[in-house]
Amino acid sequence: MSGYDLDAGDAPPVPLPEAKRSRLARWRDSDLLANFLRSKTAMAALIATVLMVGLAFAAPLIAPQNPYDPAQLDLINSNLPPIWQADGQAPYYLGTDDQGRDVLSAVLYGLRLSLIVGVLGVLTSGVLGIALGLIAGYAGGAVDTLIMRVADVQLTFPAILIALVVDGVAKASFGSALDVGPLIGLIVVSIGLSFWVQYARTVRSSVMVEKGKDYVQAARLIGLSPPVILVRHVLPNVTGPVFVIATINLALAIITEATLSFLGTGLPETMPSLGTLIRTGNRFLFSGEWWIVAFPGVALAGLVIAINLLGDWLRDALNPKLQ
Amino acid sequence: MTETILSVRDLTVAFDTRRGPLTAIDRVSFDIGRGEILGVVGESGAGKSVTGSAVIGLIDRPGRIAGGEILLRGERIDNLSPEAMRRVRGRRIGMIFQDPLTSLDPLFRVGDQIVETLRTHTSLSAKAARTRAIDLLAEVGIPAPERRIDGYPHEFSGGMRQRVVIALALAAEPELLIADEPTTALDVSVQAQIITLLKRLCREHGTAVMLVTHDMGVIAEAADRVAVMYAGRVAEIGPVASVIAKPHHPYAVGLMGAIPTLSQEADRLSQIPGSMPRLTAIPQGCAFNPRCPKVFARCRVERPEPIPVDASRVACHLYDAAERAA
Amino acid sequence: MSAYVEVTDLRRRFDVSKPWLNRVIEREPRKFLTAVDRVGFTIEKGETFAIVGESGSGKSTVARMVVGLLPPSAGEVTITGVSMTDPRQAAARRRLRARIQMIFQDPYASMNPRWRVGKIIAEPIRAFNLIQGEGAIRARVGELLGLVGLHADDSKKYPHEFSGGQRQRVAIARALASQAEFLVGDEPTSALDVSVQAQILNLMRDLQDRLGLTYLFISHNLAVVRHMATRVGVMYLGRLVEVATAKDLFAAPRHPYTRMLLDAVPDLAHVGRARVPVSGEIPNPIDPPPGCTFNPRCPLANDRCRTEVPALLDGVACHAVHEGRA
Repeated sequence: MSGYDLDAGDAPPVPLPEAKRSRLARWRDSDLLANFLRSKTAMAALIATVLMVGLAFAAPLIAPQNPYDPAQLDLINSNLPPIWQADGQAPYYLGTDDQGRDVLSAVLYGLRLSLIVGVLGVLTSGVLGIALGLIAGYAGGAVDTLIMRVADVQLTFPAILIALVVDGVAKASFGSALDVGPLIGLIVVSIGLSFWVQYARTVRSSVMVEKGKDYVQAARLIGLSPPVILVRHVLPNVTGPVFVIATINLALAIITEATLSFLGTGLPETMPSLGTLIRTGNRFLFSGEWWIVAFPGVALAGLVIAINLLGDWLRDALNPKLQ
Repeated sequence: MTETILSVRDLTVAFDTRRGPLTAIDRVSFDIGRGEILGVVGESGAGKSVTGSAVIGLIDRPGRIAGGEILLRGERIDNLSPEAMRRVRGRRIGMIFQDPLTSLDPLFRVGDQIVETLRTHTSLSAKAARTRAIDLLAEVGIPAPERRIDGYPHEFSGGMRQRVVIALALAAEPELLIADEPTTALDVSVQAQIITLLKRLCREHGTAVMLVTHDMGVIAEAADRVAVMYAGRVAEIGPVASVIAKPHHPYAVGLMGAIPTLSQEADRLSQIPGSMPRLTAIPQGCAFNPRCPKVFARCRVERPEPIPVDASRVACHLYDAAERAA
Repeated sequence: MSAYVEVTDLRRRFDVSKPWLNRVIEREPRKFLTAVDRVGFTIEKGETFAIVGESGSGKSTVARMVVGLLPPSAGEVTITGVSMTDPRQAAARRRLRARIQMIFQDPYASMNPRWRVGKIIAEPIRAFNLIQGEGAIRARVGELLGLVGLHADDSKKYPHEFSGGQRQRVAIARALASQAEFLVGDEPTSALDVSVQAQILNLMRDLQDRLGLTYLFISHNLAVVRHMATRVGVMYLGRLVEVATAKDLFAAPRHPYTRMLLDAVPDLAHVGRARVPVSGEIPNPIDPPPGCTFNPRCPLANDRCRTEVPALLDGVACHAVHEGRA
């Protein structure tokens, strides 16, 4: 009788919403939202994330300069310090680099690029991992063994190494003169291939639990085919943990992209992401132009921390055992 | 009646939620005498388990005792400090839960768990405690207790585990035993063994028992008196034979008719329309009034207080002298 | 091919071995659990055949094999003459599929909680392409809800907005949606409160009368079985030990296990009954006793019972009965 939580057995049930409430109204009353409003960290993290995403996508509107347009760069304005230092100049609030590129603009555009690559990478790895996890969990037997052994082998390599290999193989076959579009695609695929295992494992174990449950048996008796049962009935019931992994992996994907770019296999200097900015700025760290590397670094760290805190909160909120 | 061991007076338990407090137990009163088994029966949501937890002081946040008193041999225990209540539990009140596996620590030998209880609550030496533990296991019908005392819980079958739990609960010779669905997880044939054991031990030790269950059959066989709960209130309380054979409260009448029995064939079971109200929507007046076949105007506005009818006490306006006269 | 459902020599083994590597290292052979062992019975159209048994008896495994959710290890199930296992009859089986449905113990677990009830009930209609057109489907869903005692407007609600009994009504409506004529209920009321259980049992009997349904009813509750069944099969450790009409079985049980079970059930008629409960518990099904599996608990067991498995003759599988010793 120790654990009298509100929805166990004879204890009073959690008050359920009345009939005919809209989804929105039910969500507004849900425990997830109440939990969120109680957690100051989660609120701060969400505000920070939304702010950075908003700034990144408003970059063309608010940035003083388009850093991708060589015509807008002027060598006369190169290596200017931030505005609060002696030589700082008006539109370049965070200074400029050796090409005369405004650091603030470069950070905003870079943030946007990092987010796009991160989100696409998470989507790719998610779709791949969920599909393989569903198949492995539902089919079982040899199919399951094959998929999960591949996953085990892949887990023994660091994600960044896999990404580097994919990247290297692709560049060796297509030549390094790839256009920016395909280059982003390549990085997304590299990230997708390095992160799918976690989704596959989580989804597989959830599916193995779910497929024994009565609602799946009932669906089988109705005569639905396995793919329909998987997508229509099982998938919606295993999304909780997937959502948590996706949030935390978004931060990891952004870091992976930054690392690839830092190592020089990612995005080019003409179209810098945060990682590229840190790599190029790194060269000036010891010659005194610290701002070229510091501000992209702060932006990257801030974004990753905010997303991670959000993921942590979500994991705790969706895990009843931790409440 | 013999000496009263447990006396519950107007017990009220509320759960604080984001939408305000919900009353789970609403002014519940009953007594249990020495060596007596009181069955507390009700459907899910009736509040029977919450009542049990309130008596042993295990109401967890966000629940709280919002009113009334609980007296153990005339001594209030509902307002004791957690530390004092912990000493009462185990020493003066024993507990048996539904799932014997979760009430035994899987990493300890069953003997060690009994010895630990004995040494916490009595002044027995380690050696004497072990001898006493073997006696207890023998008393609850564990074969070869001097050997089984060193077994781990997973080495016992379901019924044997529940016997160990009973030995553990009775180790410190408590005055009161709270048994919450003690036979629900067991097979029918084992259920009967546990009921018989429980009855025998309580007679022999003079322990008062509060037997919480949803199974009217178990109550019929084990209990002396029964309290039928509905929506956090006691609808009817009285000697088990009369409540089963001649229930008074319309809910109790419906409940007895709804239970299929082995002894008589009924073409249709009598059914009570609707279901137990949620805590958020307990009706005005008598909580049973929307489902009651004999409802009248007064039931919708005024909550009935328990009144003596024959050997029972019934909370129903039908039995009010004024209504009878009318 | 006279009976509606014919089950012959049905067997099911489960592989409960440890993983291959562990077996090699620990030098252990593969282990099998025989959940169902040579079970055979028939069900006539329009009757209720109940299988009763305690945990580990294999009754649910039989149910799952009959509806085709679990392939048998050996033996056959034929329904209206169509084999549920023979690959050559796959086309006929697909046509049969819609007419066989199952009602599960926990109605909430058998529904997609994110779907409205209307969509849940309409799913089999769409899957089997029974009715074309949204309007016609909606009308049919409303009709089905009315049939089980709910309102057509309830189709807009989600499963969690219903009480347990109402959810089981929804589950029955879904089972009927595919125009099923044979329903297999796996403990359909054991998760429900007694007053609600009475509603569902009455509903199932009404529907049987109105629609001419055939039921296979799986339960551990003898009183419920007595109320529902025309004929009863008693299972113990994977084997059918007795088959008889409900009337005969409850009036004059023949197998010693059936007698023990009937004697053990706590019942309303047994107020304060003192009795000698049967000793022992159900053995581990992985390692069942040789001969008749009930022999270690049977008062009539002799050497033959300990070595030779009794065949089901004349409705009883017991050497003592066959030899006239009981």
